[in-house]
Order: sequence, then structure tokens, then C-alpha cells
Amino acid sequence: MSHPSDKELDASVARMLLVGVSIAALVVFAGGILLLRQPLIPIPDYTHFHAVDPSLRSIKGILTSAFRLNPRALVQFGLILLIATPIARVIYCVFGFARQHNKLYTGISTLVLLILLYSLSKGAH
Amino acid sequence: MSVLLFTALLFGTSILAGLLGALTGLGGGVVIVPVLTLLFHVDIRYAIGASLVSVIATSSGAAVAYVREGLSNIRIGMFLEVATTLGALLGAYLTARISSHWIAIVFGVVLLYSALASFRKRKHEDISTTPNALATRLELNGCYPDAGCEVEYTAARVPLGFGIMFGAGTLSGLLGIGSGAVKVLAMDQAMKLPFKVSTTTSNFMIGVTAAASAGIYLSRGYIDPMIAMPVMLGVLTGAVIGTQVLVKTRPHTLKMFFGFVLILLGFEMIYSGWSGRI
Repeated sequence: MSHPSDKELDASVARMLLVGVSIAALVVFAGGILLLRQPLIPIPDYTHFHAVDPSLRSIKGILTSAFRLNPRALVQFGLILLIATPIARVIYCVFGFARQHNKLYTGISTLVLLILLYSLSKGAH
Repeated sequence: MSVLLFTALLFGTSILAGLLGALTGLGGGVVIVPVLTLLFHVDIRYAIGASLVSVIATSSGAAVAYVREGLSNIRIGMFLEVATTLGALLGAYLTARISSHWIAIVFGVVLLYSALASFRKRKHEDISTTPNALATRLELNGCYPDAGCEVEYTAARVPLGFGIMFGAGTLSGLLGIGSGAVKVLAMDQAMKLPFKVSTTTSNFMIGVTAAASAGIYLSRGYIDPMIAMPVMLGVLTGAVIGTQVLVKTRPHTLKMFFGFVLILLGFEMIYSGWSGRI
């Protein structure tokens, strides 16, 4: 097997995950600070499920509101970054295995990637 | 309750959950859902959404520590992720079909199983070394450093392991947890992989599995920023502190205590689901 080795692939993947999580946590934290600007308003009723606002359920809606610094959308944007982190890991592995000329595992990681993108596409519209 | 108080209570509880989860190796996500539903009276779907998000955070955050030990097997992980992600899609679809009473009951059973699995004494390791056709073809083998000498291993009973992984993925998508205990069962018991390889590879897979149901949760409106924000930040903070405090040692008494907490929460979830309070 040629470069990169499994261990090198592992290490760079782990570093990428850490960076992704850190950025996501910072964005969520920033959104949280903005959310708490009105600390004394009562919380909504969470005892029954209503599903969150439609604008906070789609990637497009979240991005639009997050750029206007809407606190709730900013938190959601951070969470999307968080969800994207393991997906980026799989993309990374697709290329890593391709560089190892491992056709079998390039195919298997592509399959996992397609399943993940299918799930994410549910939230895309 | 005011927004500030709610956030503060949730954040504090989540730090504790993440800390205990990291110290005992059982994961923080598994207590978040019962605590949110039983203590904070939050609807189980919001709780599942917040928990799933925190599971992705801890799994990705802990990967660095695990990879440094060089024990996770990226090929075995990727192969089994086909099963867990497909299972997670099924699980995420089921959450919308099954009533919250049944979700609570299934959750309780999984809590009891996780607690029992953590009590079980690890007997002498039964590592499979004889290559079989399927494992060889799928390159499901490797070696790991064990006290200086390299131990070679190869996966046994691949279809069984794959099947259990599909189940683990379904539970993860249904309940918003990492279901690490079931993943370890598939690799350690069914596929006879070394225990250390099983646990570290399992952690590596949890994030990808959870990401597979997260998109569906988001589009269904299970992920509420007001709940997910303090839970994600709290569990992550707790997990980071936990791994800093103790990298290798798993305190036995704490593990026993946490196991009993899981059993109590498990019975409470089953009772609440059965009596219709959840």
C-alpha cells in the first residue's frame, strides 16, 4: 500500500474533527450569548412537541437568518457545522483511500457519503 | 421559568452528564434524554434532538485522544458505517411513526442493557486470528500495539456483526444516542475484535452514525436551538474536562454509581412510557 498510511490518515482525520467541533462550538456559543440578551423572558412550552419554526428547519432558511445575526438561526448554523464535521471526515476518507489506490474502500466510503448526503438533503429545502 | 434559568440549569446538568459519561466511558448522551424528559418535562422529541447533537460533538471531540493511541481501525469502521448509517435512517423515520410512549419504553430497555453491559466482567479476550474468506476480501484485519508486541487480528462472523451494527444504527436514529454499548457488542462479542480496538473504533463511528439521522431530525423540527445550545456546549465541556482529568483510568466506584443511575433512569423511563406520562 502506498502513501498515506492508515495511521497518517487517522491522525489528520482526527485533527480535522477537532477543528470542526471547535468552530461549531464557537458559533453555537455566539448564538447562545445573543439568545440570552433577553434573559428574563419565559421559555416557550416544551412539554408538548410543536416542531421548531420552519425557517429553523431548512439549511437555506437557517443560512438566510443566520447572516442577519438572528440568535436562534446562529445556533442552528453552528449545529449544521457540527453535523457537517463527520461528513467532512467521510469525504476525507474517500480521497485518502483513493490515494492509497484502494478501490474497495474508496467505493465503501463513497456509499457512506451518499447515505449521509441523502439524509442532509431532507433538510436542504 | 425564565430563559436564563432554563439555560443555566440545562448547561450545568449537561456538564455533569458529559463529565460522568467521559469518566465512565458510557457516553453522556445516554442520560441527557431521561434527564430532559423526567426532570425538565421536555417533550421526548426535543430531548432526542438535543442529545443527538451532543453525541456528534463528543464523538468528534474525543477522536483525537483515541487516534493518538493508534487503536481504531478505519477500514472496519468505514465498512460497518454502511450498516449503522442505513440503520440510523430507518431509526429517524421510525421516531415519527412510533408514539412517544414506546420510544420511552425502548429507551428504558437500552439504558438497562447499557448498565448491565458495563457491569459485566471482561473475561479473557477471545481474539479471532484465523482469517476467513469474507474478512480477507473486505480487508477487515489489522494489528495493534499490545504491551510492545504487535497483536494481529481479523474479524470473525462478519454478517452477524454487520447485522448488529444495523440494529445499533436504528437505535441511534430512534433514540438520539450514540449506542456505543451495542456497537461494542457487535465488534467485541460477535466479530471477536480486541476490546480496545472495538471501543475506539466505536467512538469513531458514533459521529458519522448520528450525522445520518441529524439531517432528518433537523428537517422535522426536533432540534430546538434553545434546548440544543446549552446541552451541546455543556456535554462537550464536561467531556473535555473528563478526558483531561483521566485519560486512561476508569474509576471503578464511579462506574458502579453511574451504572446504578442508568438502571434507575431505565426503570423510570419504562414506567413513564407505560403509564403514558411521556
